[in-house]
Amino acid sequence: MSQATIPWIEPVPEKRVAMRRKALLVLFGGGLTALIVGCVMLGVFRALPDQVGTIVFILAGVLPILGGLGLIPLGLLNGSVVLTTLGFAQIGIGALVGGLLKATPIDPLVVGVLLLVIGPIAAGLAMLTAAGVIVAFKQVVQLLLMRWTALILFCGGIVSIILLVWAHAFVFRYVAQLANDTTLNTSATTTFGGDLTIAELSTRFSGNWRPVAFVLWPLQFGLIRDLIAMGGVIGFISIIPLYTIWWERKVAGRIQSRLGPMRVGGWHGWAQSFADGMKLICKEDFVPPEGDGTLFRLAPYLAFVPAICAFIALPFATTYVFRDLDVALLFILAMLGIEVLGVIIAGWASNNKWSVYGAMREACQMVSYEIPMGMALLVPVMTAGALRLTDIAKLQQDGFGSWLAWNNPFCLIAFFCYYTASLASCKRAPFDLPESESELVAGFHTEYSGFRWSLFFFAEYAAMFAVSGLAVILFLGAWYGPLPLSWAPAGNDIASAVVRGLLFDGPILFILKCGLLLYVQIWIRWTLPRIRIDQVLYACIQVLLPLTMLVVLGSTFWLLFDNSAHPAFESFAKVVRGLLSLVGVVISIAIAGFIIFGFVNRRRLVGTLAIEHFPGS
Amino acid sequence: MTSIGLQHYLLLAAALFCLGILTMTLKRNAIGILIGVELILNAANLNLVAFTRYRTGAIDGQIVAVFIILLAAAEAAIAIAIFMNFYNSLATIDVDRADQLQG
Amino acid sequence: MNVNTWLEPIVFFLFAGVVLFSAIGIVLTRNIVRAALFLLGTLGGVAGLYFLLMANLLAAIQLIVYAGGTLVLIVFGVMLTSKSPWVRFAPSRSEAAAATTIGLVLFAALAKIVTGIDWTVAAHPADQPATVRQVGNLLLQQYLVPFEVASVLLLVVMIGAAYLARPEN
Repeated sequence: MSQATIPWIEPVPEKRVAMRRKALLVLFGGGLTALIVGCVMLGVFRALPDQVGTIVFILAGVLPILGGLGLIPLGLLNGSVVLTTLGFAQIGIGALVGGLLKATPIDPLVVGVLLLVIGPIAAGLAMLTAAGVIVAFKQVVQLLLMRWTALILFCGGIVSIILLVWAHAFVFRYVAQLANDTTLNTSATTTFGGDLTIAELSTRFSGNWRPVAFVLWPLQFGLIRDLIAMGGVIGFISIIPLYTIWWERKVAGRIQSRLGPMRVGGWHGWAQSFADGMKLICKEDFVPPEGDGTLFRLAPYLAFVPAICAFIALPFATTYVFRDLDVALLFILAMLGIEVLGVIIAGWASNNKWSVYGAMREACQMVSYEIPMGMALLVPVMTAGALRLTDIAKLQQDGFGSWLAWNNPFCLIAFFCYYTASLASCKRAPFDLPESESELVAGFHTEYSGFRWSLFFFAEYAAMFAVSGLAVILFLGAWYGPLPLSWAPAGNDIASAVVRGLLFDGPILFILKCGLLLYVQIWIRWTLPRIRIDQVLYACIQVLLPLTMLVVLGSTFWLLFDNSAHPAFESFAKVVRGLLSLVGVVISIAIAGFIIFGFVNRRRLVGTLAIEHFPGS
Repeated sequence: MTSIGLQHYLLLAAALFCLGILTMTLKRNAIGILIGVELILNAANLNLVAFTRYRTGAIDGQIVAVFIILLAAAEAAIAIAIFMNFYNSLATIDVDRADQLQG
Repeated sequence: MNVNTWLEPIVFFLFAGVVLFSAIGIVLTRNIVRAALFLLGTLGGVAGLYFLLMANLLAAIQLIVYAGGTLVLIVFGVMLTSKSPWVRFAPSRSEAAAATTIGLVLFAALAKIVTGIDWTVAAHPADQPATVRQVGNLLLQQYLVPFEVASVLLLVVMIGAAYLARPEN
């Protein structure tokens, strides 16, 4: 059979070849030019250190304005929107830079080096890398089809983000050290309030190391550091949902005796989520004509942005935290609460019966689960006597027995209450009433498609991770391993740091524990049937709420007696704590055993059920 | 650049208060009036907290603000319950139609 | 902290802008759901100002009780009561004019008073955010009676709301 007869194996169209050539040309040419410009400017700056101000003003202020003035008529004559916009943008940038240079006493060298040397060199390197990827496309595809790519990408993504955060913390500590160095920091504040000027930094980095001073200078501003760290947070939040969705589909498949995604990407369909993402971006962007268009467009962001904001206060380890707020717990709960508003508005703005039903159910559910959830979280907060999450975590560093879930019987009950309520807060089965796909089509997101729809899912999975993170920090020993931290090797060498990071303390353990809780959430979703809305309200208000009230009361009395003033009760508490730790060990082993059993037998289950129980097979 | 002081917060709170009054007078929807009340309470809270920071240095104002937030939540719960009853009997929540006791 | 001296005005004007923009939106919009959403903007902006005023706990309470709880309640109420024959509640032109005049006069008077007093005399701003522990101690010692009264009030409100909203048999 010749290739032409198979319609879906078409030769690469001529247009695409031309496009590829064009892209390569632009990327290679642009990258090389940018590199050369950067190097030339570096040379110019070194050769003429006295004229830097004039050169920068002409090149970064006057030249863009002239170029823009030339581009606008060209764009208007050719009817090209891109050229005209580019012209206006150039005029704006030129005016901004020129105005900054003239109106403020900012060092022109800083602007010059950042805009004309470091910027072009970085952009050039990025463009050359992109061109390289296009050239080596086939090899990259081969690489992606390898067996362990998914695992490598996943771990690589998480590790690189952790490294980014670590480097950020390290560099910043260094900058702060420099700023506090009185021999270095002699002048008062600069225009933007930073303590260090380039000249001061340059005394530390002289000669060939001088560019380092320019790179470090912007990092002394809190806002810029925050932007970098925010990039890390957003990167993490995009990796988590992509892989959790794929994982959920695999687990669901095995639970239902099928395989789940198997094709995209080669090894167990690891790239399914990426493919889905591409599909979603290309989908029709539908806005119901009878609904409220503005609110309809706004709602997904109203759900997504709070979910990101929750990660601002969620610590991953003692120093791996974006903002160590003293009210972090309340802040995260508040963000999860605002996320609900996005869902309600989405259902309302769709102007669809099913969507409005979904939104109403979400509102009902939210009003009922929030109170037991908050009350259950009060118990560990009371036991720890702190609201700052890092302080609560610090209490649990003495191994498995010190985890707050086994601190007293009420904590253990509170943990289960919280976990149930958190399922409701993430709209996960058996509490997935707002989207119950078998009765309400798709609930609040019936009318959504494409990118906006995916934002709801990003928000949902990010919220799942956030509530699991809260459970881990408040009950399950935070980022500490089951062994006491005092057993950890104390050395500063790499080996003991790795052992500490993997077994005793650190973000990797935290992410693993959260992953376990996420797995249990997925497991529950594909095991239990959905309950009715009145049953949800009954469960939350008439069962969980009185239970959590009793637990809070009991925990208060326990804390009242469990101190050195009551020696008899204290020893009794110790015995109870030991027994509860045993219970905890048993539960952990049982869950791990179930998981391992399911994993080991995953193929056999598919085989036997699919073949033996079907008539005629 | 000017440094931010008590006056800025007081002016902002005054503006917020006036906008709350405007909302209350201009809306006939009972829930709109409730939203206006929330604006006014927020303006009051802003004043309290600003005074706390810039005048006293203690945190008593924050405590009062906590109580005000609590009262606002309670008020909203009761108000919504009343609006439900209102809606059940009149099929609207236009406050101008709540004049049945006038005889 | 030197950074704060230039960051604080920017952040203040940012949040103040959000607060005022949303509050004006509430006044102008005819759609009650949009008014509720604008209220979210106002509440969030005020919470941001609380953070700026070193009242972290209050900001978190504002977000969790107001934005998370009360606002959902309001939106819920809007949804349950919106299907009515008199959905458009537009005020007449004379009403709008009178209300705007009153509002402007009120604001002018308040602004006159606020700007007329020299506030800097006793100013010694607090530099540290109030800790949760401080607030808790005050609540359970100096303000214990209001605290307990508030708890009773909440109970009464809970029972009252449940009684008012019960189905009529």
